[in-house]
Amino acid sequence: MVAVTSSGTAVVTLPKDTQIKIVREFNAPKHLVYKAYTTPELIRRWWNAKRGVVTVAEVDLQVGGKWRYVMVTPDGSDVGFHGEFREIVPNQRLVSTEIFEGMPGMEMPPEQGDDSAAVNTLTLTEKAGRTTLTILSDYPSREIRDIVIETGMEAGMQDAMDLLEEVAISLA
Amino acid sequence: MARAATTADAFNAVAEPRRRQILDVLAGGERPVNDLVMQLGLGQPQVSKHLRVLREVGLVEVRGEGRQRIYRLNGQALKPIHDWVKDYERSWEERFEALDELLEELKQKEEADGSSDE
Repeated sequence: MVAVTSSGTAVVTLPKDTQIKIVREFNAPKHLVYKAYTTPELIRRWWNAKRGVVTVAEVDLQVGGKWRYVMVTPDGSDVGFHGEFREIVPNQRLVSTEIFEGMPGMEMPPEQGDDSAAVNTLTLTEKAGRTTLTILSDYPSREIRDIVIETGMEAGMQDAMDLLEEVAISLA
Repeated sequence: MARAATTADAFNAVAEPRRRQILDVLAGGERPVNDLVMQLGLGQPQVSKHLRVLREVGLVEVRGEGRQRIYRLNGQALKPIHDWVKDYERSWEERFEALDELLEELKQKEEADGSSDE
């Protein structure tokens, strides 16, 4: 239902109450997208866009291996994420957990953080030298999913909409 | 996180699965009430009740045609929800634009090295 334009614009949809799905096309073969996604010195160059500095990018790319990224935001605060790899199919598929270190409004000591872990499934498919990247994030609850989307916004939301997938796109 | 318990906004109106279903059907084009009743397998009173809520928040509009009442979706009313996700989308898009630049560089490097199998 959701068209991804060839110019490559990220499309975010909410297939279920507890999910976020991101789809984006890249003008590059999938092995390079995978490389950029899994190589620490490359992650440092794109992961925080241009809004800050990635100070930590650690990747132990094996099943059961850990990853951790930390960035410093323009206002000087550290924002960290970490997790573990669960499934690795080089250049195609990467399943990993993701824990936000310091969910706003939530007490979350590192040792309890697993409760809030998202499971991210990265899928790369290539066609004519272009790669479609899909990240499907599964959250343990709708509340946590909503907090992730809000990222500082005031409004809460009673429910997600799979409907959005079909309708919002048609908005002017 | 608490949100006022009111039906007077789109967020609440779409919280009900049946109402989402109605909107889904209407996303495919306008429909008379009877069609909606049939497609949803609900009684007419229930469908009418949901339609009323959707009308109150402006998510659907109705027009009369002969004896029929025809409902259609008003996408604009979904804008608050759309915007909610949009901000998140924008932050990823910024990130991906940085990735675009990096990928260009990697592509050029690979061509220069003459090895594309990795």
